[in-house]
Amino acid sequence: MRLSGRQIDCIRGGRGVFSGLDFEASSGEVLAVVGPNGSGKTSLLRLIAGLLVPAGGSVILEGGEAELTLPEQAHYLGHRDALKPALSVHENLSFWRDFLGGKAGDVGQSLAAVGLGHATHLPAAFLSAGQRRRLSIARLLVVRRPVWLLDEPTSALDTAGQTLFVGVMRDHLASGGIVIAATHAPLGIETRELRMGGAT
Amino acid sequence: MTGLAALIRRDIRIALRVGGGALIGVLFFLTVTVLMPFAIGPDLPLLTRLGPAILWLGALLASLLTLDRLFTADHEDGSLDLIVMGRTPLELACAAKALAHWLAAGVPLIVATPVLGLLLNLDASATSAVALTLLVGTPALTFTGMIGAALAVTLHRGGLLLAVLVLPLSIPVLIFGVAASQAAITGPLSFGTPFSILCALSLVSLVVGPFAAAASLRHGLD
Repeated sequence: MRLSGRQIDCIRGGRGVFSGLDFEASSGEVLAVVGPNGSGKTSLLRLIAGLLVPAGGSVILEGGEAELTLPEQAHYLGHRDALKPALSVHENLSFWRDFLGGKAGDVGQSLAAVGLGHATHLPAAFLSAGQRRRLSIARLLVVRRPVWLLDEPTSALDTAGQTLFVGVMRDHLASGGIVIAATHAPLGIETRELRMGGAT
Repeated sequence: MTGLAALIRRDIRIALRVGGGALIGVLFFLTVTVLMPFAIGPDLPLLTRLGPAILWLGALLASLLTLDRLFTADHEDGSLDLIVMGRTPLELACAAKALAHWLAAGVPLIVATPVLGLLLNLDASATSAVALTLLVGTPALTFTGMIGAALAVTLHRGGLLLAVLVLPLSIPVLIFGVAASQAAITGPLSFGTPFSILCALSLVSLVVGPFAAAASLRHGLD
């Protein structure tokens, strides 16, 4: 499986964020998108996720499931956690498992894997920032998608959480997945680097 | 299909929990209708004549009150991004969200109507006529209102814009809803004619609403 972008232009709010960007990532690879604030890391991820339309160029996934589009085979972990404070941890995760569809795993196991096994019936409103992030990571585990688009995945995670997350990524890569992560801090895993230019 | 069912279940569950907003609509409806007899005075025939219009206006405003959260809540916490990316077509997801909103916020209004009818001096047959027109007409309010909610999703404080966008679209529903109720109470028109037009309006909005909302969500996301 190979995910590649060719000559991508991105314009937001009338301002060119980046242009002529090429990138490439194959199965088992982490592409770390690095660069200063405002260089378009989040825009690139949202563009791959189909949430932004590129002004030029294209993103292609080769070797995926033919009848599904790229966004339908990707997980997007953004700044916002997509959690409902009124629902319990378990309800939040089982909703996403049912809604996202595809090959789905067990909610309880995924929660235990991210260290939230003790808090399944707690309303998400009571979670700390780090716990919310762990719950979002559980979403990556409960539904299997080959492409992971992660925006600052380790922010708010403690050291144990970061180690845990490295393990989660390693398992994903070992099963042939692709990770594209926008990050400032080193992920603690060998990566290929995509450096975004300064603000243009 | 499990995805849609999950979405409907989640939205209803959130609406019914504390701060969810399903009951806010009913409370608003109750307040408006209870205040009317005090404002109009103890003129029973007048209340009977105005009753259907008051109930319809109350229901319209009450459904508008909670509609602006239909997409903004999901937009703010990032859920909307995942819904757009999901394998469920966005049109169906929009329809599911509107259906859930109607079940959680629209049905309680209809259930409350017989009680409120008493306050407006409506007899049993008149109340059931109003409740029937609300049952048929409120889906149209929700599904057309959804278009406005989708257009206003990226705006902060889009609630007022929503009202401005949606109220003109709901005028036909209001006209035929009240006309059908009046026809059932006082005549001389037959109940069937305005009622069929009301049904038609609802059916049209069921089809057009999800497509328009999905299109404006796709455009509005940034």
